[in-house]
Amino acid sequence: MAEEDRELIESHEHPLDGYLREGRIPHIFCPGCSLGSITNVIIEAINEAGFDPKKVSVVSGIGCTGRISGYLNYDSFHTTHGRSIPFAIGLSITDPERKVIVISGDGDLFAIGGNHFIHAARRNADITVICVNNFNYGMTGGQVGPTSYMGQVQTTAPYGFNEESFNLPHLAITCGAVYVARWTALDVRRIKDSFVEAFKKKGFSFVEVLGSCPTTFGRRNQLAEGKKILQHFADHTVLKHDADPKETKIEKNGPFIVGKFVDIEDKPTLTDNLLAIQRISQASDKKS
Amino acid sequence: MMSDGNLDLPEILTGEHFTTGNHATAEGALAVGCKFFGGYPITPSSEIAEHMALRLPRVNGHFVQFEDELASIIGILGARWGGYKSMTATSGPGYSLMVENIGLGMMTETPCVIINVQRGGPSTGLPTLVGQQDIMQTKWGAHGDFEPIVLCPSSVQECFDLAIQAFNYAEQYRLPVTVLMDEILGHMSEKLIIPDKSKIKRVNAKKPNVPPEEYLPYKPDKDLVPPMAIAGDGYNIMVTGLTHDERGYPVLDVETQEKLVRRINDKIRKNKDKIIILEEYMLDDAEIAILSFGSVARAAKGAVNRAREKGIKAGLLRLITIWPFPDERIEALANQVKTILVPEINYGQITREVERAAQGKTNVKGLFKMGTMHNPQEILSEIEKCV
Repeated sequence: MAEEDRELIESHEHPLDGYLREGRIPHIFCPGCSLGSITNVIIEAINEAGFDPKKVSVVSGIGCTGRISGYLNYDSFHTTHGRSIPFAIGLSITDPERKVIVISGDGDLFAIGGNHFIHAARRNADITVICVNNFNYGMTGGQVGPTSYMGQVQTTAPYGFNEESFNLPHLAITCGAVYVARWTALDVRRIKDSFVEAFKKKGFSFVEVLGSCPTTFGRRNQLAEGKKILQHFADHTVLKHDADPKETKIEKNGPFIVGKFVDIEDKPTLTDNLLAIQRISQASDKKS
Repeated sequence: MMSDGNLDLPEILTGEHFTTGNHATAEGALAVGCKFFGGYPITPSSEIAEHMALRLPRVNGHFVQFEDELASIIGILGARWGGYKSMTATSGPGYSLMVENIGLGMMTETPCVIINVQRGGPSTGLPTLVGQQDIMQTKWGAHGDFEPIVLCPSSVQECFDLAIQAFNYAEQYRLPVTVLMDEILGHMSEKLIIPDKSKIKRVNAKKPNVPPEEYLPYKPDKDLVPPMAIAGDGYNIMVTGLTHDERGYPVLDVETQEKLVRRINDKIRKNKDKIIILEEYMLDDAEIAILSFGSVARAAKGAVNRAREKGIKAGLLRLITIWPFPDERIEALANQVKTILVPEINYGQITREVERAAQGKTNVKGLFKMGTMHNPQEILSEIEKCV
């Protein structure tokens, strides 16, 4: 970056200065990528949820989305590929008041890390998982992933992807998540409201955000600008709260069903259950 | 007696016990203040997980049986950044799955303890029979350069003592520390004496003593170890497996890599005299030395005693610290003795290290067995051949 451009950036105040780490901007995201605006929404939602910043930890794995944790000025942990969720579990159980937010991509959370996701949902681990689904592996140059759709062209699917894709809300709901929503990167206000709800929810909450990746996804799939991807979302999005999760599968031309699909109250969390075990084990101490 | 189902147990079981190596290891971890265990069942280590599941909730700790070993190791790293001393236990196949995240622990300088109760390998190998085949895996398993600390008990008492030592090294030098047990030790019972709580040394990683605006999470002190702030301390720490500068920020260039990788190695290399623990037995006038470790060292000691009865000047050097390796001591020994015999339950992992350290100054001979321990007579026969 040219020195005058850097000076221009650094000479301007941003309303979220202080929530971003000093010296870490400019970020690495491509022009047209939605991760910048999603980062913005995450910070706004943390603020609106009213947490003590000391009690917020952000954990991510590897990939473009995984880099978000490193820009945020909270305790942040950039772990290995696929392992953000069990790291977050270890962190969360040490303090029931701690809010642990996992932010990672579709490949990280659902290919290499898929097993951890389903078990964390089953245990009702007290964490929020945000998945930015950009339909491909961006950081490594545009390979197909578990959320790529039939016919999608990527570097490792030059003739078009020919496997079924994961329906993430369906997976999360089936495994026991207490809060499940999906939005596109265009729905920033709804994303923010949904993040606030998810952050405040005790237990395993999951929000999928369909992101724009013009560089390694769009270019190969007739959507070569961020704007075009968002327009594609806008043209094919259907808002349907409480949708039957079987219907939320994603195909090339939609419909992209968005909304809040599950919001369950008062299901004991992993941390609740661990503390209950402590009480049970210690009660037998007192008896004897 | 520590038995399954006996719930009436305080934090530290001061006194005399008759128990197994696996249970003694678990009790050592509890005595030093372990508050979180994340693990996955695997023979022959499962009794450690079972004992922690029984005991941890009673001392206000947490036990989680994870979905696999990948989750177990990364879960304990997460718990340590949340402030809980943490450990996991496994055997060779599980350790193989853990190595990538042991590397993350090395890079992020996260104190934790991994117990590896060794069985025969490669692959599924011999789940219920003994092995000493993970020596090199603990040294070179993860990619990149780092200096591990690996401890190796050879009695039930030492399982307890070295569990404590492993946590203390992990905290002092900020890294994952491995304890290499073996199936024989894990499952055999013998006397264990647990000291009074006041006699148990507990080391905690240094905390920063500067305000957040002055704190650099990866700026080391003179001992090359940086003070450790954890989540919730108000320092907004940044922890990454990427090459990082003193702020913890990823900086992907040659200079940062040079500085960081050299430091995380040198903090162990330069302190190795404080880390290396050896037992020397009848070595002063020895002409033949046995170098041994783990369960096999018990047979080796028996062989030395029988050799001495026959007037043969044999002695034993037992490695309690396996890594860092005691190169200087072995070189000195090589200048003294005619032969160093190395009995081990593998096909020559430590033997090769001894050959390297001896630098051709003596005859080094490996005695390799698979799936079972040497008996003292076998080792004695080899000693007699060397006379």
